[in-house]
Amino acid sequence: MKAMTYRGPYKLRVEEKPDPKIEHPNDAIVRVELAAICGSDLHLYHGMMPDTRVGHTFGHEFIGRVEQVGSSVQNLSVGDRVMVPFNIFCGSCFFCSRGLFSNCHNVNANATAVGGIYGYSHTAGGYDGGQAELVRVPFADVGPAVIPDGVNPEDALLLTDAFSTGYFGAQLADIVEGDTAVVFGAGPIGLAAARSCWLMGAGRVIVVDYLDYRLRKAEEFAHAETINFGQVNDIVLELKKQTGGLGADVVVEAVGAEADGHIMQHVTAAKLKLQGGSPVALNWAIDSVRKGGTISVMGAYGPLFSAVKFGDAMNKGVTMRMNQAPVKRQWPRLLEHIAAGHIKPSEMITHRIPLEHIAEGYHIFSSKLDDIIKPVITVA
Amino acid sequence: MPYTADKPGSTPDPEALRARIPGWGADLDPADRPAFPREQPGIETGAHWELPPQQAGASGRERSIEHERVTPVFGTAQPLHGISGRIRRFAYDRFSEGQTAHWLLLVAGDRVDAVTAHVTSLFSKRPDDPITESGVAGEIAHHPIASRVGRGRIDLKHAWLDPILVIGPWVVASVLAIKLVRAVFLPASKRGK
Repeated sequence: MKAMTYRGPYKLRVEEKPDPKIEHPNDAIVRVELAAICGSDLHLYHGMMPDTRVGHTFGHEFIGRVEQVGSSVQNLSVGDRVMVPFNIFCGSCFFCSRGLFSNCHNVNANATAVGGIYGYSHTAGGYDGGQAELVRVPFADVGPAVIPDGVNPEDALLLTDAFSTGYFGAQLADIVEGDTAVVFGAGPIGLAAARSCWLMGAGRVIVVDYLDYRLRKAEEFAHAETINFGQVNDIVLELKKQTGGLGADVVVEAVGAEADGHIMQHVTAAKLKLQGGSPVALNWAIDSVRKGGTISVMGAYGPLFSAVKFGDAMNKGVTMRMNQAPVKRQWPRLLEHIAAGHIKPSEMITHRIPLEHIAEGYHIFSSKLDDIIKPVITVA
Repeated sequence: MPYTADKPGSTPDPEALRARIPGWGADLDPADRPAFPREQPGIETGAHWELPPQQAGASGRERSIEHERVTPVFGTAQPLHGISGRIRRFAYDRFSEGQTAHWLLLVAGDRVDAVTAHVTSLFSKRPDDPITESGVAGEIAHHPIASRVGRGRIDLKHAWLDPILVIGPWVVASVLAIKLVRAVFLPASKRGK
């Protein structure tokens, strides 16, 4: 099969790899139709995530058709068109049985702190991902779901991570009616979070980024107010001014490991990899949330420590909530929202790139060329 | 300004928001949100096993020493091999996830893996190609100048520094390696020349 393979930082290619095979009775093999490049794939591409091995196939956002099933699979059949959550989970461990699907303890031999994720290095279990023609899907009875008739495949694709994660980010912010929500980052997760804050009753939604085209998208797609932090002297001060001096009721951090805005954090984290990620956005969140407010962290960070302003968080009585999104728990509600016309996740898609040209897709996404927001990889 | 108990600014009008934002307030009740409560005992998952059967091939697979055994299901994407594999094996066998050394060794293993794969590729039928594999050809037809210039992109402020930061550690490491080799193999009398 053809698959994207990692060759080292900033290098990848498409090559022939052996077809994946059933390795466990509850595995399925899925023929990928659509995949996506996630902003967190860029952390892998840039060499930020430990144990990213040459030859690895990235891609944790994909949909496709079931091509083969293992002997114990009961809930899926060959030919089903499925969306596959980015988390791999067993459904029966201590964590899964409580709904913490992203924290499954039975699928990642390489670490206990993170569950299994398709195509996200051996730190997340060493599973090849969906930027390929075929992919092995463990626990096929638990993770994937048949895409309902009438649901646009591109909408389904964005439920496998991006929109579901943004929605989960808004949930963790514990919004109550009339709250002022600030979202750091106007990538797909930030856009989805901003859009979801309204569903939960926010009174104001302010999106912060430094790319004007992403902020325009935040205004159009998420109906948000926007601030370009590159055009103000002090983003925290600006947010305080705009919130009557108190700060935002809730903040969603949707930036993660390669946050820009502070040169030393950029050097030590993004380039020298001496931190698990640049904590610039996280620190701005701590500074700009009001005392007693809530911060929801959806940005992806590596496992090394990061220099976070924890003293301020403690003194302000801030609640910080975070996790990889248990996306399958969001699906029934999000499908209702799509059917009702409240959301249309595929409106975030800006680029459709054939698998053969995926290296160029990564470069365009990484360099933020051509007003790119969400690239989709067409496989079949 | 005096601080009062009231939230500053005007209170948003729910009806106006509902009229302007599709679906506004549809998930207003926190108790009705999909991931509430965070831990929900007895949730239906579709699993029809108490403990999943053990995937074959666990013997010899690296694992975090925080796990008692290799997990019932695991990835088999790229098994350990070569020098990078030895480094990674040491990281997994010796250090828990709480140890910085664990992660720094894995990062080191990644760099060794990339370099050895690149060198090995030079002796293969398909050597690494910096043009196609970097995707730099994507610059063409994707507005490389208009996307960067005149748009106030703050990342351009440090773009000049990035190549130095990426290449610099390799140069420093190479110099140190040469000095080490000279110290080990050259007699003291010849080292200064």
